Amino acid sequence: MLSEEERREIEAEFPHYPTRQALSIDALRIVQKHRGWVPDEALDDIGELLGMSRSDLDGVATFYNLIFRKPVGKHVIYLCDRVSCWIMGCRQLGDHLTARLSAQFGETTVDGQFTLLPIVCLGACDRAPVLMIDDDLHLDLDPAKLDAILEHYR
Amino acid sequence: MRAYDRAGGYQALRKALQSMTPAEVIDEVKASALRGRGGAGFPTGLKWSFVPTGKNARRPTYLVVNADEMEPGTFKDRYLLEGDPHQLIEGAIIAGYATGTDVAYVFLRGEYKRAGQRVSSAIAEAYEIGYLGRNILGSSYSLNMYLHMSAGRYMCGEETGMLNALEGKRANPRSKPPFPPVAGLWGKPTTVNNVETLCNVPHIISHGASWFRNLSRTKDGGTKLYGASGKVKQPGLWELPMGTPIREILEEHAGGMRDGVRFRGLLPGGASTDFLTEEHLDLPMDFNEVQKAGSRMGTGTMIVLDDQTCPVGMLWNLEHFFAQESCGWCTPCWSGLAWVERILNAMEEGHGQPATWRSSPFKQSSWHRVTPFVRSHLVPRSPSRAH
Repeated sequence: MLSEEERREIEAEFPHYPTRQALSIDALRIVQKHRGWVPDEALDDIGELLGMSRSDLDGVATFYNLIFRKPVGKHVIYLCDRVSCWIMGCRQLGDHLTARLSAQFGETTVDGQFTLLPIVCLGACDRAPVLMIDDDLHLDLDPAKLDAILEHYR
Repeated sequence: MRAYDRAGGYQALRKALQSMTPAEVIDEVKASALRGRGGAGFPTGLKWSFVPTGKNARRPTYLVVNADEMEPGTFKDRYLLEGDPHQLIEGAIIAGYATGTDVAYVFLRGEYKRAGQRVSSAIAEAYEIGYLGRNILGSSYSLNMYLHMSAGRYMCGEETGMLNALEGKRANPRSKPPFPPVAGLWGKPTTVNNVETLCNVPHIISHGASWFRNLSRTKDGGTKLYGASGKVKQPGLWELPMGTPIREILEEHAGGMRDGVRFRGLLPGGASTDFLTEEHLDLPMDFNEVQKAGSRMGTGTMIVLDDQTCPVGMLWNLEHFFAQESCGWCTPCWSGLAWVERILNAMEEGHGQPATWRSSPFKQSSWHRVTPFVRSHLVPRSPSRAH
């Protein structure tokens, strides 16, 4: 069941688009905002509200990088591994993160605090290397700076 | 909003609505030689003129602001979105007026959270004052504008992929024709313009086409946001006259290479543009000149390769991106890019074979010629190729 709040937030977007299907990405984002990820039963409920089959909706959900179909940790770390960050040393940051958190990319730490993901260019190439934790961008990083930032999220 | 108003904001919108017809706005933009800043460089005024007008035109008509900046190495629109969202909104309203648009969507990549907050509150402010909504500034023109936060996928930046994404589908590109101005969002006439393109529009309307054209050092009109990333002394973004030579941007603005490394090559404007080398440094950075040299200016944000960074590794990184982010619909991408990536990865790991260079897909003679092949044959639909 969609919560009343989720349903209300999705329905508030209806007037912006001529079809309900157009809401699929907004609806997935809204559910994920409340639950951290999009479980199977939510797909059925959203599909019913928007008049979409579960497979169509799952096709959309799995196409987009920022929709999670599996549970994630309390915080999600997105390490930019694209060209400018690669030149400026994102591999060292990545190695540092996996060692420090004892988790590989695509995994969540044992304590459930952090999920580690690679992400395509974050559009801050002049301040490379960079990463994003949840909604916050962190710039001009090196391993020591990264350690200080991680402490902040614990 | 108050700061933007004090700086003369929304005066161009007033001028357009109160003293110009939509056709006059299009003519002014055509005369300004403004070309699309998303990377393809299509003439903006010409694009607007393709939208059918008159009583028999199908409605509603849509405008989509392409704020899905996902081309690796590109960071110019983020500055415009975060720094001055009203400039973009004013440009979009004027574009909407010129093309008879009823509804505008700002299509923003999901990772740009701060830009999302700023654009969203700027749209709300514009409604409050009456720059958006019914009968804007007492004219007969009405426009609604909504922010669409995407959920991250490179293909959304290709204009027809973006239309599919807005319709709530996977962002696979559509085959063209029909082109969006004729049949776009939900089959209705649709204009798709990049953020930086639209930010130029209020200034063209305020100061006139010839003023704008004269800002440039070459034939393409106006100024351009140029950037540099990689191992230069001062990576950054600068608004400079269109056609500023590459060397001037790199040496005067980016401060030259960092101590201990030397210049080896650069991608002029994003991951999908082809390498330029030392011999090209005196080229003026504009659409025509860079194209003549066999590359494209693209987004104008340069990625600099130095002599301490492995070119094969860099190519692997680029191809990994395209292999991963391609929509996977057509064979050249889903099969070819994965193949190229595997070969480059093998070389990077030390398992390269001399024969690889002679075999398809590597038919070119030196490393910097590889990417043109990949670009032109394996990425036929990368976003920056779109008009």
